[in-house]
Amino acid sequence: MAAPLTLVLIVAVTIRAALFRSSLAELISERVEVVSPLNAWKRVVEGLALLDLGVSPYSGDVFHETPLIIYLFHFLIDYAEIVYMIADCITAVALYLAIQHYNKNVFRKQKYALEADRYPHDCLELMRSPKEMYYIPLQVAMFYLWNPFTILSCVAKSTCGLNNAVIALFILCTIKGSALLSAIFLALATYQSIYPLTLFAPALIFLLQRLYIPVNLRRPSFWLFTSQYAFMYFGSLAVIVCLSFFLLSSWDFIPSVYGFILSVPDLTPNIGLFWYFFAEMFEHFRLFFICVFQINVFFYSIPLSIKLKDHPVFLMFMQIAIISIFKSYPTVGDIALYMAFLPVWNHLYRFLRNIFLVCCVLLACSALFPVLWHLWIYAGSANSNFYYAITLLFNVAQILLVSDYFYAYLRREHHLSHGLYLKRKDGGEATLVLK
Amino acid sequence: MGLLSDPNRRRALTNLLTRLNTPICVVCYLAGLAWFMGLAFEPFTLRTYMSENAMGSTMVEERFPAGERALATGREFAAHKRKVGGMPVDWLVKTMQARGLEVYTQRFSRTLPFPDENKERYIVHGTNVYGILRAPRAPRTEALVLTAPCTEGNNNHQAVGLLLGLAQYFRNQVYWAKDIIFLVNEHDLIGMQAWLEGYHHTNITGMDWTPLQGRGGSIQAALSLELSSDVITSLDLVLEGLNGQLPNLDLANLFYAFCQKIDILCTIQGKLQRSDWDTPSGYTHAAQTMMLMVMKQASGRPWGDHGLFLRYHIEAATIKGINSFRQYKTDATTIGRLLEGMFRKLNNLLERLHQSYFFYLMPSLSHFVSIGYYMPAFGLLAVILLLRVSSFNTFSLEAHALDLWVQLGTPPPGTEDGVGGMEQSSSPSVLSILTPVVISHMTGAALFTLPIRSQEMAVEHFPVSETEAVVLTAIAIYTAGLALPHNTHKFLAGEGTEKGWRVLKLVALLYLAVLLGCTALINFSLGFILALTLVPVAAFITPHVPKAFSATVMVLLSPGFTLLYCVFVYQELQESPVSLAEGWILFLSVISQGILDHSLYGSLVYPLLALFIYPCWLLFWNILFWK
Repeated sequence: MAAPLTLVLIVAVTIRAALFRSSLAELISERVEVVSPLNAWKRVVEGLALLDLGVSPYSGDVFHETPLIIYLFHFLIDYAEIVYMIADCITAVALYLAIQHYNKNVFRKQKYALEADRYPHDCLELMRSPKEMYYIPLQVAMFYLWNPFTILSCVAKSTCGLNNAVIALFILCTIKGSALLSAIFLALATYQSIYPLTLFAPALIFLLQRLYIPVNLRRPSFWLFTSQYAFMYFGSLAVIVCLSFFLLSSWDFIPSVYGFILSVPDLTPNIGLFWYFFAEMFEHFRLFFICVFQINVFFYSIPLSIKLKDHPVFLMFMQIAIISIFKSYPTVGDIALYMAFLPVWNHLYRFLRNIFLVCCVLLACSALFPVLWHLWIYAGSANSNFYYAITLLFNVAQILLVSDYFYAYLRREHHLSHGLYLKRKDGGEATLVLK
Repeated sequence: MGLLSDPNRRRALTNLLTRLNTPICVVCYLAGLAWFMGLAFEPFTLRTYMSENAMGSTMVEERFPAGERALATGREFAAHKRKVGGMPVDWLVKTMQARGLEVYTQRFSRTLPFPDENKERYIVHGTNVYGILRAPRAPRTEALVLTAPCTEGNNNHQAVGLLLGLAQYFRNQVYWAKDIIFLVNEHDLIGMQAWLEGYHHTNITGMDWTPLQGRGGSIQAALSLELSSDVITSLDLVLEGLNGQLPNLDLANLFYAFCQKIDILCTIQGKLQRSDWDTPSGYTHAAQTMMLMVMKQASGRPWGDHGLFLRYHIEAATIKGINSFRQYKTDATTIGRLLEGMFRKLNNLLERLHQSYFFYLMPSLSHFVSIGYYMPAFGLLAVILLLRVSSFNTFSLEAHALDLWVQLGTPPPGTEDGVGGMEQSSSPSVLSILTPVVISHMTGAALFTLPIRSQEMAVEHFPVSETEAVVLTAIAIYTAGLALPHNTHKFLAGEGTEKGWRVLKLVALLYLAVLLGCTALINFSLGFILALTLVPVAAFITPHVPKAFSATVMVLLSPGFTLLYCVFVYQELQESPVSLAEGWILFLSVISQGILDHSLYGSLVYPLLALFIYPCWLLFWNILFWK
């Protein structure tokens, strides 16, 4: 399998290299869909310039990346394009390895369950065969590397690609079962953009499962491991934050990175839901609604963790998707990360109901974004409502997509425990209704 | 959400949609057409009204007295122009300086990609002369522009004269809060383009021009004046700009309001408005006016010098004086007063014109249709595409799922949403779909690049002029594209399965829907006209329909023929019908103008047609000949 993966990587790198050299690169790096105030390359360069001048890069409200990033590029500024291409490749390879490992586990579990005769007999067609699972890791790598969203994000040199790489490494370490590395990468991801905090729950559940510790609040072993993992996580987070402090010897970055993410002062249009609301809102409601919007991102982790406590990897996918939909400065690069997971759930395909509709809407929206932007900003004939309407539609489609997968996953699990052909009490064919 | 999650209701809906698909499509098409035609009916339109506060409530008094002197200046200008044999730059500079303006010139040159036979120009050198009247009352951060093109031949002297007269008069007034720039541009649009690019420090089209030495503030509005006789009977307002962009409706309202006030006959599309909207002839008149606007907007070319301003976010319109055989004549003083009034109102603006509509169609100067009213006409056509996507193949498959997608992936006979025998369906290889898509797009790219690239070669080998060479190459490539299905087949080597064309059609339908949707948003008229001809083709083409007949229909509804019809319809609407041969000549010149518009001003219609619409149509052509 190494050869196809290499081929995928080579093609992906070629496309990116060609685009970096073309005149499109500049155009792409200006698109609001691709870069946000947080991760725009222009701002990183500005921060570097300030740093070189001996001024704090956070003075002047332009730069909002973390100190580690600025020091990374302090040394690698000349190789930025290569760094971004490597970051994408790392993400793809990490996801590839992670999914390979995960699929092995899934198959092994299925085999045990079959041998123990735990599935109803009519569920045989729901079983997964090694044949169909064989290409999934490769598809995941392909979905990530060849996704136009990823390519755009990489060509725009949005630091989102680096964040994705960290998250992918975190997933790999978690699935491979290394608690320490997983905690470190999770801390790094959190340090980069706060929101991956919600991935703590799925990672913990996964690691607990792996050690055969049941998620039971009365067991001391559960609490022991949880505190261990939390200690590793918060410890490494503290180390990273302190390291940043020593790099710049000031705490400027805390308000300017995390304050910026949480309080959303920059209302440049993007594909998220925040900008329009807060541009329209009266100032004295702002704090309240900021709290509501931000809690919204974190809130779903509680019900989802309870519902999906046996399926941590799917939970992880859900969390990443929710983050990328509801975060304050989303870009297409964030969407690409969760879209890379879609091939993993190929077996849910038969239970998906609106996938086609959703795909069409996502596709149409992606085409309409630049058109409406042109009408609003260049032609001056449309206004922000046009653009926001498309943003809204785009997000509704994403939410539908995610909830469709959620429903399909639950439904398959239901069938696996209750049999595929459900009978009503009167003997007729039953249908499952989601209400 | 019940509709999306409840399988029973879904099934009911999809059953309905698949069973009645064809009738629904036909009804939608007719409804879309009827809706569009209904837009010209006066009770369905809105009266225009001034939205901008700064221009609405304040009264201005127009006192411009010097019409005769302006005409005399115009005659002097004509004499100097004849003497110099072009733009009398020195004279203009001196005259403007004498009127107290800051005068600057800008030289520009441009080589056209091929000779323009309509205007007989190839290598263009010219000079723009402009004078700035500095605002006495405010910091010089904003400006207004009055332009008069200095055209070849014996036209437009009166406009230049009036411009100079107004400059002299304006110079003596104290109330100007915005700089006023008086511009006389040579070689109409090319000069305008050079001046605008120079003013805004951009270079979009690769033209050579000398940088501007003087600037006013950011331009808020511009008026372009075209007059060809000393007295006129009516003034015509031209709004359509580059890529079908229109200025804010308030500009049209302003013009209309002043025409009413000063009592000048005003027209749009050269058509007076009539009050008898409830008679058939009254309705026809309104429909003609609107259709003319649609045709002009769809062409995507600037219909006056104002057209290029719109790209820079500047509201602009052209005012054209028309002298016909009416009794009632208007003299230059009155036109001067009209312009003075309009400029004084524009001078009162506190912010850019933005209150009123940007998307509108006008069946008469006093009525308009806004985007909310005309979009449904397009929406009804576009929904056909989506309906066909959802179930165009009901004849052959039991369709229970809403989507063709589901049918393609898992055809579940008889069972409800997904729970059913998973049939092993050999999905058509990506290659068999990708090949036609790539080949059609390469044909499109050839159609876009080759005509200009290969003109020299064509001129060497055939007895044609460069312009003819370009146009004929374009037509040849267009026709050669029709031979493609047979070529594609050799590549595929018998891979054309039943499922293959379904997927291809699905892709093509979605592609067309997105394409037309985007086009209609930017340029409604173009989107609508293309939808009118392409949607029936897209909806009903399968490999199983009778070949010869459908092929003829398809060719007759192809984008090229649409253009040909548009030429005839336009002439018909202008009330100057042409014979077939004349129409053909006109068609050829329209093609060359389209290509020129793209390379000179960056009009998007030609690239859109060549790179996207035509390849998309070729995909349907491919489906028809799918084996």
